[in-house]
Amino acid sequence: MKATLRFLIPAFLFAVLVAFFVIGLQKDPSLVPSPLIGKPAPQFTLQDLADLSETVGSADVAGRMHLVNVWGTWCGGCRQEHDMLLKIAASGVVPIIGLNWKDNRDQALKWLAQLGDPYERTAFDPEGQVAIDWGVYGAPETFLVGADGTVLAKRIGPMTEAAWREQFLPLIRGPGGSS
Amino acid sequence: MIRALVLGLLLAWVGTATAIDAEPAFGDPAMQARYERLTRELRCLVCQNQTIADSNAGLAVDLRREVRELMADGKSDADIHDFLTTRYGDFVLYQPPVKPRTYLLWAAPVLLLLGGVGAALLVVMRRARMARENPSTLDSDSDPELP
Repeated sequence: MKATLRFLIPAFLFAVLVAFFVIGLQKDPSLVPSPLIGKPAPQFTLQDLADLSETVGSADVAGRMHLVNVWGTWCGGCRQEHDMLLKIAASGVVPIIGLNWKDNRDQALKWLAQLGDPYERTAFDPEGQVAIDWGVYGAPETFLVGADGTVLAKRIGPMTEAAWREQFLPLIRGPGGSS
Repeated sequence: MIRALVLGLLLAWVGTATAIDAEPAFGDPAMQARYERLTRELRCLVCQNQTIADSNAGLAVDLRREVRELMADGKSDADIHDFLTTRYGDFVLYQPPVKPRTYLLWAAPVLLLLGGVGAALLVVMRRARMARENPSTLDSDSDPELP
């Protein structure tokens, strides 16, 4: 009896190891959780991509729930999610503010002209200064900011129908909200 | 001989390749050394196994610029770490901070060492007891004569 029990110790340790691997390997290490969730969104003011003499910033969305979408023409995932963004914009649920990150302005304008412009306004951040304040490290990234200016959610990677329905819409409608 | 020479040259070259920037960021050698140390402590989040001192990714370039500007503003090392962790989380630091969530992580090497020492002691003590109680069995199987 005692011998069989001792036999089980390595088996048990092995099972613990397997459990760690099963959990650990299913996580995507490239997704770094944002420390901004639940905190006030970083204030910013940048030039307007469409008209450099104008500015776009936190003041334009003060008191309104909105999405901030970080994109660039160099970013494949941004192309992938573009139709979804157009759909969200067309639905009129929340306005989307674009943050054009480390991009070429001419190419960015061409992109919006050709593919459609889902953004209420687009801020131009060629140096990536504002992006650092928002903890951006890989486009596309999408933040949901509440009317009180709190960051409610962040998605790293292309916006999908499923992510929109399951992660964002419930937060936008709030607890007890109607569909 | 030639091999040794090539190796020597390669090693000498590695010694010069310390900073990734085209030019030293600071004229003052002490500030430059501090800048190089700080950038080696910070993770590039695009290429996660590189520091921002090693990486040429756009984000790493931006973060190096940010570190330079913060240093030029007279910010302390702790201020700069805070600046980055409030934006990117603790993951940006190569050395995780000691706090309740990381106690187990930091204690793990000591715990594993103690576990190993404990297991070794158990085995040694049991062997000693077996040798005392029954000297013949241990002698016969510890060093069997092969034909």
